[in-house]
Amino acid sequence: MNLQRPGAIAEYIRGSAVWKSIVRHGPPDTNRNRALIVFENLFLHVHPVKVRERTLKFSHTYWLGGVTLVATAVLFVSGILLMFYYHPSVPLAYRDMKELAFVVDNGLFLRNLHRWGAHLMVIAAFLHMLRVFYHRAYRPPRQFNWVVGVVLMSLTLGLSYTGYLLPWDQLAYWGVSVGTNMVREAPFLGEKIRFLLLGGNVVSANALLRFYVLHCVVLPVALILFVSVHVWRIRKDGGVQGPYRPDEETGEES
Amino acid sequence: MRPVPPMELVESSDPIATPKRVALVIPDTRPSVRRVQERWVMTFPHLIIRELLLFQVVLIALSIAALLFDAPLEGIANPLETPNPAKAPWYFLGLQELLHYFPPIVAGVVLPGLTVVALAVIPYAKINLTAGPLWRGAGRRTPIAIAGGAFLLVLLFGLFSCWPIVVPTVLVAGGMFAARGGENGGRFRRAVARVSLPEWIMTWFVVIATTLTLIGTFFRGPGWSFVWPLSGAPLG
Repeated sequence: MNLQRPGAIAEYIRGSAVWKSIVRHGPPDTNRNRALIVFENLFLHVHPVKVRERTLKFSHTYWLGGVTLVATAVLFVSGILLMFYYHPSVPLAYRDMKELAFVVDNGLFLRNLHRWGAHLMVIAAFLHMLRVFYHRAYRPPRQFNWVVGVVLMSLTLGLSYTGYLLPWDQLAYWGVSVGTNMVREAPFLGEKIRFLLLGGNVVSANALLRFYVLHCVVLPVALILFVSVHVWRIRKDGGVQGPYRPDEETGEES
Repeated sequence: MRPVPPMELVESSDPIATPKRVALVIPDTRPSVRRVQERWVMTFPHLIIRELLLFQVVLIALSIAALLFDAPLEGIANPLETPNPAKAPWYFLGLQELLHYFPPIVAGVVLPGLTVVALAVIPYAKINLTAGPLWRGAGRRTPIAIAGGAFLLVLLFGLFSCWPIVVPTVLVAGGMFAARGGENGGRFRRAVARVSLPEWIMTWFVVIATTLTLIGTFFRGPGWSFVWPLSGAPLG
């Protein structure tokens, strides 16, 4: 066969038995195949195969939920890479920050990416919440997804806060000391919750380990669960809702 | 007694063996099919390509930020050496600023707890679903109610001399009254006149949260005293 012809290699790959065993549809040259690309892909099939053209406009959602999600993805990848270099113990944790800055290739870049990504996630999630509120996108049938969003907002703050202690520098130590002193004021259970959180009465090596486990296991798992529900329900509730238009009701019998 | 439906299903193409049941379906609150005509596009490539672009834009922006600015790192944690002031992460500095005015149980538990509960119940409060522009169809009592509510809030927070809440409350209440009769004004006045009560309340909350966070982040120095940002020189 003549592989010099333009497109011949792509055709050869598409025609191979291996390719056909993975991807069952043809090239996206018909709307049927374009639909199948979305429909037959585990990661894309949360999307419908067709969307309203209006929803693609920037001012429809400002893509703020998307920005939050991308920031989260960046944080997962950079966070896992950082875990390869990090010991959640005193004084190794702080030494690892220095190692990241001076020994590990691109270690400082990795830490910077994780830090600024975390700030972006908090800000974008907050702006996303405001956007949804002012567009009244919490209205039926989306009530429950709003509540899931409030849970996600608290998880985001929890993740950011538990990560704040991990560098084990003065900033981290005293930032977390100030915050956990507030927990103490909760009625009846305040002291007990604080003890549970810190593994002691002061911020110590035990607290570092607990925050590490919360930051790297407990809260990310919870986040994945709730984000899955959140994204899945957008689809179930009829897609993203843009600016509120009183003339257009979405099937709610009020 | 109701008959128990069969627990096993036998599939058969024989209509006598597997009768089809005809049932009345009561519509639930799922989104119905739209009555208006709309243009639709294929998700691939129209939406997928935008998602890819968004991913790349955010990743590149974050990478540039990570190349230009280094994450802060101070000396190793030392429980014996308390920095003055000791500050929480920036998103909690609004709460820390509240601690300056209120007893810890109010600033640390009551107010944040109320905020989370208030946010969570938004879609279940009827006013958030039905409210129209604030002054549309307003009776004689509406201005009294607004002024009274604002006055009570000012009085309550004024008792604790919490001016970062008092000042925005006065401003937002002023904005609510300024919106009155703006339906025939310019573009901006008409937009303000369309704002509903829930939107005014959320705006009030956002202004206060932002004010408190900014003060806590930039204007607080040793002993939580008021300072100029960056220079740290005492104010006044």
